[in-house]
Amino acid sequence: MKIFIPTPLRPFAGGKDTVEVNAATVAAALDELTGTYPDLRKHLFTGEGKVRAFVNVYLNDEDVRYLPEKDGTKVSPGDTLSIIPSIAGGR
Amino acid sequence: MASTITPIEYPELTTNDLSRYSRHLILPEVGVDGQRKLKGARVLAVGTGGLGSPLALYLAAAGVGTLGLVDFDVVDASNLQRQIIHSTADIGRKKLDSAEEKLKALNPDLNVVKHDTLLSSASALEILKDYDIVADGTDNFPTRYLVNDACVLLGKPNAYGSIFRFEGQASVFAAKDGPCYRCLYPEPPPPGLVPSCAEGGVLGILPGLVGVIQATEVIKLILGKGEPLIGRLLLVDALNMRFRELKLRKNPECPVCGTHPTVTRLIDYQQFCGIAPATKEDQRVKNGIPQLSVKDLKQRLDNGEDIYLLDVREPFEYQIANIGGKLIPQNDVPKRLAEIPRDREVIVHCKMGGRSQKIAEFLHQSGYQRVTNVSGGIIAWSEQVDPSVPKY
Repeated sequence: MKIFIPTPLRPFAGGKDTVEVNAATVAAALDELTGTYPDLRKHLFTGEGKVRAFVNVYLNDEDVRYLPEKDGTKVSPGDTLSIIPSIAGGR
Repeated sequence: MASTITPIEYPELTTNDLSRYSRHLILPEVGVDGQRKLKGARVLAVGTGGLGSPLALYLAAAGVGTLGLVDFDVVDASNLQRQIIHSTADIGRKKLDSAEEKLKALNPDLNVVKHDTLLSSASALEILKDYDIVADGTDNFPTRYLVNDACVLLGKPNAYGSIFRFEGQASVFAAKDGPCYRCLYPEPPPPGLVPSCAEGGVLGILPGLVGVIQATEVIKLILGKGEPLIGRLLLVDALNMRFRELKLRKNPECPVCGTHPTVTRLIDYQQFCGIAPATKEDQRVKNGIPQLSVKDLKQRLDNGEDIYLLDVREPFEYQIANIGGKLIPQNDVPKRLAEIPRDREVIVHCKMGGRSQKIAEFLHQSGYQRVTNVSGGIIAWSEQVDPSVPKY
C-alpha cells in the first residue's frame, strides 16, 4: 500500500512524498514505515507508542481513530494511508 | 443547507448594484435574493496576509456588504511575493490601511471595519460577535485555536485555510452540528516542530489557491447554497496538483464543541501551545543554551575571538545571504559532528534563531561544552548590524 508523507515530515523520510509498504494492518504499515525511517517515529508517536495528538492518520478518507478496529484495521494493497499533521501558515 | 445569515431585512439592491452584479443575478443560485444576502453579510477576515489578501479581494468584488479585517502588522518587502492586496509602494504602511485602500478602490460601497490588533483572548469575543462568518487566515497555532474556540463559543462558522510550502488544508469549522478545529487536532504540536512560512517557505501562489477556496466557502455559507466543506478536510498539493478530501467527524469528547465541554471560555493560548512568556533569564539562557545578540556577536567577531560560527540553514538560504559561518544544514549536523571542533566555542545561527537553538541543544547533548545560540539569526543581523545583508 501507499503511504502519503506530508511536507513537514518529508525530511525524516528521505525526502519522499510517498512510501510503498507491504503490510496487513494500519499498525503494521506504520511500523514498517518507521522501521525504514526511524527518525519519523518520534514525530508520529508519543513515548508510549500512541499517535500524537497533532497528527492524524487516515486510511483512504477515514480517520483511523474512528474505524471500529482502529489501527488494527486490515489493509489491502490498493489502500492509501495519509499522515495529516497540523499546519498553521497563512501569511 | 440554510443560510447562516440571520434573516433580518436584507438590504435592497440599487440600480448600480443591478449592473455591477449582473453575472451573479443571472445565476439561479444567487439571483437578486442571494445578492441581497451578500450585501447584508458581515464577514471577518482574521489576517490580511497570504490567505487574507485574495479572500478579502474576492469578497469585496462579490458584493459582501461589510468586511472586518484584523491585523497589526506593516507591509514588508518579503510579503509581496504572495500578499497580493499590498503593493511595492505600501512597504512600511499598516496592512490594514493598505488593504482598505485596495478594497475600497475595487468596491467603494464596501464597508471596511479595521481592527488594528493582535487577536487575543481578551478581545476576540468582542470583535467576532458582530460578524456572521469568520475566515481564519492567521499564521500561528495559538491564534488558530483562539479563533476556533471563539467561533464555537459564539456559534459562528469559520472558513478555515492553512498553508505550508506547497501544501494547503481547508475546511469549514464550528458550523452548526459540524466538527471544529479541535475535533481534528485536539492539541497543537510542540513549539518549533512545525516551521512557520517564514522559516519553512511557501509557494507564493498557494495562499491564492487556498484563500480563494475560503472565499468560496464564505459565499456559499452566506447564500446557503451548495455543499460547504463542513465535516470535510480538503488537502491541496500544489506541487503535484492533487486535491484530496478526508472525512472529519465531530468528536463527542471535544473539549470545546463536545457534549461535555471543558473549555467554556477563552483560555491562554500561548500557554496552551507551550509557548512560555519570555523572561529576562530566557533572553540570556534558554534550555541551558546561552543566547547571544547579533550586536554582541559582531563585537566578538571584531575582537578576533576564537569562535566557530556554525550556520545550520539550507544551502539555498546561504546563497541568498550569509555572514561567513560554516554551513552545515541542520539535518546534516548529526552525521557531520566530526567537522565541528570540540575545543572551541561553537556559536550557532540560522535565519531567525529557532533551528539554531535546536541544533545548539543537540550539540550540548552530544557533549559539546561551549555552545551558544544567536538569537534572531541572520534576520536580526540584517536589521541591527548590517543592512546590506539581504533579508529573505
